[in-house]
Amino acid sequence: MRVEVQQIPWTAAHEKLLTAFVGESLPDVAQIGNTWLPEFQTLGALEDLGPRVARSSVIAAKSYFPGIWDTNLVEGVLCGVPWYVDTRVLFYRKDLLKAAGVDAPPRTWAEWRDALRRLRARAGPGRWAILLPTDEWAQPVILGLQNGASLLTADGGDAAFRSPAFREAATFYVDLFREGFAPPVANTQISNLYQQFAAGDFAMYITGPWNLGEFRRRLPASLKDSWATAPLPSAAGGVPGVHGVPGVSLAGGSSLVLFRTSKRSEDAWKLIEFLSEPAQQVRFYALAGDLPARRDAWLDPILSGDAEARAFEAQLENVAAAPRIPEWEQIAQKIAEHLEPAIRGVVTVDTALLALDKDVSGLLTKRRWVLARKAAHAR
Amino acid sequence: MRVETRRGTPAEVRAALFFLAPGLFVIVVFFFLPIAASFLLSATDFDLYALADPSNARVTGVSNYRALLSDPVFLTALKNTLVFVLLGSPLTVLVALSAALLVNARLARAKGFFRTTFFAPVVTTLVAVAVVFRYVYHPRFGLLNRGLTLIGLPAVDWLGDPRFSLLAIVLLAIWKNFGFSTILFVAGLQGIPESLYEAARLDGAGRWQQFRRITLPLLAPTMLLVGLTRTIDYFQLFAEPYVMTSGGPLNSTLTMSLLMYKEGFRFWNMGRGAAIAFVLFAVILVATVIQFRVQKGGET
Repeated sequence: MRVEVQQIPWTAAHEKLLTAFVGESLPDVAQIGNTWLPEFQTLGALEDLGPRVARSSVIAAKSYFPGIWDTNLVEGVLCGVPWYVDTRVLFYRKDLLKAAGVDAPPRTWAEWRDALRRLRARAGPGRWAILLPTDEWAQPVILGLQNGASLLTADGGDAAFRSPAFREAATFYVDLFREGFAPPVANTQISNLYQQFAAGDFAMYITGPWNLGEFRRRLPASLKDSWATAPLPSAAGGVPGVHGVPGVSLAGGSSLVLFRTSKRSEDAWKLIEFLSEPAQQVRFYALAGDLPARRDAWLDPILSGDAEARAFEAQLENVAAAPRIPEWEQIAQKIAEHLEPAIRGVVTVDTALLALDKDVSGLLTKRRWVLARKAAHAR
Repeated sequence: MRVETRRGTPAEVRAALFFLAPGLFVIVVFFFLPIAASFLLSATDFDLYALADPSNARVTGVSNYRALLSDPVFLTALKNTLVFVLLGSPLTVLVALSAALLVNARLARAKGFFRTTFFAPVVTTLVAVAVVFRYVYHPRFGLLNRGLTLIGLPAVDWLGDPRFSLLAIVLLAIWKNFGFSTILFVAGLQGIPESLYEAARLDGAGRWQQFRRITLPLLAPTMLLVGLTRTIDYFQLFAEPYVMTSGGPLNSTLTMSLLMYKEGFRFWNMGRGAAIAFVLFAVILVATVIQFRVQKGGET
C-alpha cells in the first residue's frame, strides 16, 4: 500500500484542515490534536470509528489509557483513535528538594505547599520554589480538574468558573504567587528556562514530555542525576480516582482520524491499525520522542527502563480531558488572561472569576442558541 | 489640461462594451461579488456551527461591528496597526529616498550592484527571510544583540519582549519592502532634467539648496504615490507578524489583518472576520483621503 504523506507544521495544521474541509479536499487519514476533535465532529467531518474498532483485532479501548481514550469520545461518538499522548507532570530538582528537607516529591496539595515553603525559605532573593508561567492556562485548569471542578456547565453551554471547586483551586493557584513561591512572570519573560533551572532559580516546574529530551540535552552534565519527574500531587490524597493520587493531569495528545469524505476508507483504516500496533508505537517513540497512547507499548524496555518517562506512565493512568466543545481553545486563553491580574494582586480572585465567567459566557452565546435549537427540534 | 468628453455613437458604445466585457466579467465575478458577499457575511453570525448546518447562521445586523468596538483585543490590533503605519510608512519613505539618492548620485560606482542589493529583499521569500531574521533577533546568539553588547548596551529579547516586538517587526518590514519604493524614487529622480541642476549651479545654489528647491518639489508626485501605497501596505501588514510572532507576545504585534485571519480561519467566526475587514477598509479609506489632501496641499 502506498501512502502519500503531507507534512504540515503543527501551528498551521488546524487552519489547513479546516480550509480543506470547506474546499472538500480533505485527506483520507489525518493526525489531529485531540482538542480539535469536537470542532471537526461538530462539522460532521469525521467517521464514527466505533463499529470499526468493535471489529478490529488491533485496536480496543482496554489497550489504551482510559483518560486518553475518553478524549476521543465526543458526545458519545468515537471520532478518533489515540496516536500519541501528551500530559503534564512535575519536573523537580532532587538535590534542592533534599537540601530543603523534602525527601520525596509531594503527593497532596498540603505536602506540596509545605515543600514549596521549605524550598522558598532556602532559596535566596531572586530565586523561587516553582515556575508557573502566568500565560499558561494548563496549570489553573489542572488544579481545577483535580479539585473536581467542571469548568463549564454540563452541556458546555455556559461558564462555571465561580463554582466552589474551581474557586478553591484558583485561590490555591493564585496564593502560590502571592506567598512568593512562584514568580509572576509569563513565558515571554523567561529568557532561558534550562539555564535558570540549572542555576536553581526554581526547583519545580510543571511541563510536558517534550521537555524530557530538552532537559537531557540542555542541562549541564553535572546535573544529570539531580533532576527527576513525578506525577502531579492531588487535591486531597486518598484512593486513586478523580481526587486520588496521583492528581489528575490534562489528557492531551494527538489522534488519528478517518474523514467521511475518504474514498478509500478501508485502506485508510488499515493504515490507522498499522500505526496503532504496539511495535509501531514504540518505533515512533524511538524516532520522534512522542509518548505511546497504548499501555502495552510502555512494556518495551526503551520506556520501562526510563525512570523519567515512567512518571508520565503513572500520570497517564489519571488524566482527564478539557471540556470537549469547539470553543475550548478560545476559552482556555481567557482563563490565563483573567487570572493574571489576580496573580499580580490587582483584583481579588472573586473579581477575576466573575469577569472570566462573563467573558466565557459571552463566547458561548452562539453555542447556547444552537443547543436550545437542537433541543427544540428534538421535542 | 482639459480632457474633451464626448458621448460615443451607439455603435461605438457597443463595440467598447464588447471589448470590455471579458475584463468586466472577471472583475465582477472575482472582485465585486466576493466583496458584496463578505459585506453581507459581516451582518451575520456565520461561524463553525453555520458551516456544519447553514440554518445555524443568523442575521445580526450591526452587532458584529458593535462588538468589535468594545473588544479590547480588536482595539489593541487597531492601535498596533496605527503604530505600524505611523512608524513604518515615513521610515520606509526616508530609507527608500536616501537609498535612491545614493544609487542615483553621479559619483556612485557599481550602481547596478547596489540597486540589485536594495531590491533583493523585495523578491526574497518572506518565510526564508523570517528564518534569517529570527537568528538576527535571537536573544542570546543574535547578530543584533551582539552589536548592542559590543557598544555596551544591554541585550534585548527582540521578539519575546512585548515592548520591543513591534519595533522588531517594523524594522523587518522596512528592510523587506523599501527596495520597491527605492526603484520608484530612482525613476522619479531620473525624470528630473539635468539642465535644471546646471542652471541652479550657475546661479550659485549649493547641494542642499538644489535638493530642497529642485529635487523635492519635482519628486512630489512620486512621493505621493510612494506614501500612499506604503501607507495602504502597512495598514494591511500581515505576513511579517504572521511568520515571525503570529501576533504575540501578549498581542503586541497583532495587526488588524492578522486578527481578521485568526477570527476567520482559526476560530471560523466568519461574520466577525468580515466585519473586521470592512472596518479596516474604512480606516484605510479615511487615512488615504487625509494623506492625499495633505500631500496634495503641500505640493502647490
